[in-house]
Amino acid sequence: MMLLTCPWCGPRDETEYHYGGQAHVAYPENPSDLSDEEWADYLFFRDNPKGPFAERWSHSAGCRRWFNVVRDTATYQVLKVYTNADDPLPVVGSSAEAGGSR
Amino acid sequence: MAELTGLTQDLIGMRRSPLAGMARELMERAVTGERNVRVSEWRFTTMVSLRVDPASSAAEELEGVLGTTLPRTSGEVSSHGQHSVLWLGPDEWLVVSQMSPAVLVAALLESVGDAHAAVVDVSANRTVVELRGAAARAVLEKGCPLDLHPRSFGPGQAVSTTLARIPLVLWQVGPDSYRLLPRSSFAEYVARWLVDASQEFASTFRDGGRS
Repeated sequence: MMLLTCPWCGPRDETEYHYGGQAHVAYPENPSDLSDEEWADYLFFRDNPKGPFAERWSHSAGCRRWFNVVRDTATYQVLKVYTNADDPLPVVGSSAEAGGSR
Repeated sequence: MAELTGLTQDLIGMRRSPLAGMARELMERAVTGERNVRVSEWRFTTMVSLRVDPASSAAEELEGVLGTTLPRTSGEVSSHGQHSVLWLGPDEWLVVSQMSPAVLVAALLESVGDAHAAVVDVSANRTVVELRGAAARAVLEKGCPLDLHPRSFGPGQAVSTTLARIPLVLWQVGPDSYRLLPRSSFAEYVARWLVDASQEFASTFRDGGRS
């Protein structure tokens, strides 16, 4: 069980949250210009690092807000919690490349 | 219009609260004794959802009508007269009031005018289940992931959390008294879960097996 600190509500059990996958996956600027392969890449392919990973979480049983967590996927250590308002990109994490989807 | 009002009055008379069918059972299964605990329902409580930017002038207008501030941090409740305002999110509040919903919503809507804000009567969305007694905290601790020890949670605090896996607002009003605000459709489940979780406290056996 993880204890995640919601930026608005403070520390709460993992069971109060909903997981939203990799963070900072930018929507393509011109989706209609993409090939099927590029579109599939955007839709379905995500990083799967062993180590720090920036991901989206929603405090669904609390304030219902979305925020970002940098979590080490090997140790489950939470390295950083931030909102899109405070910091557009995490300091650590392999998924920081804008729009990176693989 | 007069006919409509008459119809509304009739409908109000026909309302049935979510736990109406359990009132007798809740009374009969109340736990007495040293570790007493009982469950009851506060029927037809007025609840109004507010969505507004807390930095806007509309927020100030709403605070003027309510006579109290909109709390700015999680867990905080502000009260004045008939109204209590519960923090649900950085731009979302729940007003729990003794005032008639029609009167309160009309006054709040008038105060915000055409500003970017939402005032919605959500009285039928939830019901209020009161849990009271010396063992109340021990009952909740069986199914709530929150730390309810007085060092981290106390009277005058309310948070959205879960109990027995369902989402609700947990509001502590006194050292031994809590109000739970589940969705109406979950109310019977919550009440049955609470009654079941309470029954062990009727036992007079203490640690060590001595009665």
